[in-house]
Amino acid sequence: MRYLTTRKRAEGLGSARAGTEHHMAMTSSGWALLVLVPVLVFVLARTIGGSLEDVRQTFANPFVAILTALFLVVGMRHFAKGAQTAIEDYAHGGTRTALVMLANAISYLTIAAGLYALIKLAL
Amino acid sequence: MAETKEQKRPLSPFMIGPYYRPQMTSISSILVRITGLALVVGIGLTVVWLVAAAVSEDWFACVDWVVTSWLGKLVYVGSAWAVWYHLLGGVRHFIFDARRGMDIPTAEKLGWAMVLGSIVLTVITIVVASW
Repeated sequence: MRYLTTRKRAEGLGSARAGTEHHMAMTSSGWALLVLVPVLVFVLARTIGGSLEDVRQTFANPFVAILTALFLVVGMRHFAKGAQTAIEDYAHGGTRTALVMLANAISYLTIAAGLYALIKLAL
Repeated sequence: MAETKEQKRPLSPFMIGPYYRPQMTSISSILVRITGLALVVGIGLTVVWLVAAAVSEDWFACVDWVVTSWLGKLVYVGSAWAVWYHLLGGVRHFIFDARRGMDIPTAEKLGWAMVLGSIVLTVITIVVASW
């Protein structure tokens, strides 16, 4: 005996398996990234290729550290969701599931490694 | 409650090429997806570089060698263009979401604006990086 109503059992099981959640998530993270990314690009343009001292000094700045942390979390989740849509267009069945898991793994690994480095540089 | 049977549903084919001639609208759109996916390379390299800077001088020296090599520079120039193109593509999504610019001449102009805008912003980024 199933206790779920027919309605509840069907929810989220449309052909796309989701409603507007994906679009809303990409739109709100997109607006956030529209602010974060230009600043971060110019900070990185001035820092990448510099000496270790310069790099440590740049990321010791709380503004740069918080900006980078926000980019990592918002940006890499935006990446995982976007990659998932691309994967779902071209891969099917088990391959699709594996690739979506891989995209999420890359996203979370990048966030974790980046935050670890930021915290270590800040201390 | 009847269980639904697993059905083989038809899949939509890849349209650009065999069915549709490449157009400004479709190519500028698929480039947003390609640049978004490709950015993982530049972001990955940057996070490795950041971890190296946090961990040890030896690791930093090693990663810095890669970052400042011709391959590293190629990745970063490519990533600069990709990030600006993808960002402008996102702005176009917001414009389309506001139900503006959907007519073909405007949509094509927006595509060209993304291409030219991203090149201009890439040149500015390279100037800022090397000055």
